[in-house]
Amino acid sequence: MNKELTEDIIVCEGVNKWFGEFQALKDVSMRVKKGEVVVICGPSGSGKSTFIRTINRLEEHQEGRIFVDGIEMTNDIRNIDTIRREVGMVFQQFNLFPHLTVLQNVTLAPLWVRKKTRKESEAKGMELLERVGIVEQALKYPGQLSGGQQQRVAIARALAMEPRIMLFDEPTSALDPEMVKEVLDVMKTLARGGITMLCVTHEMGFAREVADRVVFMDRGTIVEENTPEEFFTNPNHERTKLFLSQIL
Amino acid sequence: MEHDVSEPRTRAPRPSIGVVEWLRQNLFSNWWNSLISIVLLIVIFQVVTGLLRWILGSEGWIAVANSVRIILLGRYPPAEAWRPQLIVTMAALLLGLSGGIWRGIPLNLAVGFSAIMALLGLISFAMPTSEVPLPVATPLFLFGTAILGAGGIATAWRLRDTLRWPVIAGWLLLYPVTILILRGGDTVGTNLWGGLLLTLLLSVSGIVLSFPLGILLALGRRSDLPVIKWFCVGYIELIRGVPLVTLLFMASLMLPLFLPPEVRVDAVVRAIVAVTLFSAAYLAENVRGGLQSLPRGQTEAARALGLNVVQTTLLITLPQALRAVIPVLVGQFIALFKDTSLVVIIGLTDLLGAAQAINTQPAWFGIPGGVWRETFFVVAGIYWIFSFTMSRTARRIESNLNVGR
Repeated sequence: MNKELTEDIIVCEGVNKWFGEFQALKDVSMRVKKGEVVVICGPSGSGKSTFIRTINRLEEHQEGRIFVDGIEMTNDIRNIDTIRREVGMVFQQFNLFPHLTVLQNVTLAPLWVRKKTRKESEAKGMELLERVGIVEQALKYPGQLSGGQQQRVAIARALAMEPRIMLFDEPTSALDPEMVKEVLDVMKTLARGGITMLCVTHEMGFAREVADRVVFMDRGTIVEENTPEEFFTNPNHERTKLFLSQIL
Repeated sequence: MEHDVSEPRTRAPRPSIGVVEWLRQNLFSNWWNSLISIVLLIVIFQVVTGLLRWILGSEGWIAVANSVRIILLGRYPPAEAWRPQLIVTMAALLLGLSGGIWRGIPLNLAVGFSAIMALLGLISFAMPTSEVPLPVATPLFLFGTAILGAGGIATAWRLRDTLRWPVIAGWLLLYPVTILILRGGDTVGTNLWGGLLLTLLLSVSGIVLSFPLGILLALGRRSDLPVIKWFCVGYIELIRGVPLVTLLFMASLMLPLFLPPEVRVDAVVRAIVAVTLFSAAYLAENVRGGLQSLPRGQTEAARALGLNVVQTTLLITLPQALRAVIPVLVGQFIALFKDTSLVVIIGLTDLLGAAQAINTQPAWFGIPGGVWRETFFVVAGIYWIFSFTMSRTARRIESNLNVGR
C-alpha cells in the first residue's frame, strides 16, 4: 500500500462515555490520517460502534476531545452540522427512508444540505447509483430491494454528500451471506479510491485486503492496533488472540 | 398414481353443493338448529315487513320532502339560498378539475359526486314540493352541478399541466371565499346558518384547523425544551380530560366573561374554536403515536446526512408518521364530523338541529305519531353517507401509499 498518509483528519483524545452507570468508552485515543482505511473489530459490547458514533455525534462523549478535519466536536450545533457534512455513515440496518424512492434517498442530502439544484442532485445521484451498480432500481422504493442492494443504496446516499470521511457500522452484519460480497466489493473500490474510512466489521478478509490498520477494542478500550499483517499473524495480547481464534 | 403436470391447478378445489343441501347442512342440521333458524326467520320477516310498511306507507315522508331546504340550510333565508348553491357549484367544478388532473382518488370522488347530483336531479323532478322554491330551480341546480363536475374532469384531462397550480390555488381560496359569500357582507348573520351547511362548515373548519395545530402539539410534546414540552403536555391532558360539551359551553358562556364587553365573538366562530381545540389534542396524541412507531435509525440516518432538526422532521419523520396514522386520523375526523351535532346544545341549528326544527313545525302536527322517525332516519342517512365516504377514501389512500412496502 503506497499511500501518502501525512495529515491527521480525525483526532480523538481521552474519550470517555457512560450510559448511565455503564462506561462504554474508557479513555479512547486515536488518530486517523487522511486517506487511511481503519478497521475496528472486537467482541460485541466492546464499544466499537459507540466509538465511531461519537465521531459524528450520534452519541455524545462526556469527556475528552474529538477533532474532525480540524473542527472540535462541541455542543455547538453549527460545529456538529459542519462535521456531519464531512462525515458519511452507513448503518447495520441500512436505515434507508422507506417513503422515498432510491433516487430520492440519494438526492436528499445534496438537495437540502448542499443546496444544489434538482438537476445537479439527480445527475450526481444517478452517477453514484451507477457506481454501486443499481442504477436500474433508481425509481423503486427501498422495500422492493434486496438487503445487499439496500446497503449499496445506503452507501451511495452517504457518498452523495461528498464526505471526506466514511463511517461503516457493521455494514454486512444484517445481510444474508450471499449478499455480503456485493457490498464488500463496493467498499473495497471505495477504499482504494482514497477516501478516509473507519469500518466496524468482522469481515477479516476485507481488513486484510484493504485496511491500513486494524484496531482491536474490548470493554471500551483500544487493546491493540497494528497493520493487518502483523495483527493477524502476530497478535500481542491474549484477548486479541482469543478473539481471533473465535472468529477466524 | 401419476401426477398430471400438463395442467397446473391454479386454485384449491371448491366443493359445490346445491341450495337445499347447503340449507340442510348449515341451518337445519339438527332439531335445535332448526328451531333457532325458524325463530330467526320469523323475526327477520317481521322486521323487514314492518320497515317496508313504514317506508312505503308513512305520511311523514311528506314532511321530509317539504323540508329539504331546512335540512340542508337550516334557517338560512330562502332568498339568499343561491349563495350556498354557488359554493357547491364552485366546489363541484374544483372537484371535477382535480379528478381530471390527479386521477385516482380525486377522480373517484368527482365522478361519485356528479353521479349523486344527477341522481338527485332526477329524484327532484318527482318530488312534491309545496314550499317556496329556491331561486335557482332545484333540478336545474343539481343537473348543472353534475355537468360542471363532469365538464371539469373532461377539461382538466387534457390541460393537466396548465391547470394544476390554478386548481390548488382554487382549493386554498375556497374556504375564505365560502365564508365571504355565505355572509354576503352583513346580509346573512351566522346565527341563520344551519343544517348540513353548518355541519359541514364546522367539521371542515375543525379538521383543517386542528390538523396543523395537532401536529405542532405532537412535535412540541417531544421537544427538548421543557417549557414547550410541558405546555403541550398540559394542554393535551387538560383537553382530553373534559368532554366536548363542556368545551362548547365554556366557549359560548365563559368566553364572553373574559373578553371586554364590546368584543362579541360570533357563536359559530366560538363553536369552531371549541371543536378545533378539542380535536387538536386528540390529533396530537395520534400523531405522537406515529412518530414513536418510527425506528430510531430513521432520525439517525437523517442527522448523519447533515439534515437539521427541521428538515429531518418535515422530510423524514413527519411524512412517515402521518402515513402510519392515516386510519386513526380518519377515524378521528369521522368522530369529529358526528360530534359537531353537539352544537345543538349551545343553540346552533346544525343537521341534527334541523331535524328537531322540522318536528316542531305546526304543519306536521296532524300526522299521527309525528314525523320524528322519518326526519331522523334521513338525517342519520346523510351522516352515514359522509362518514362512509370518508372511511372508503381513507382505505383507498392507505392502499395507494402502500406502494413499495
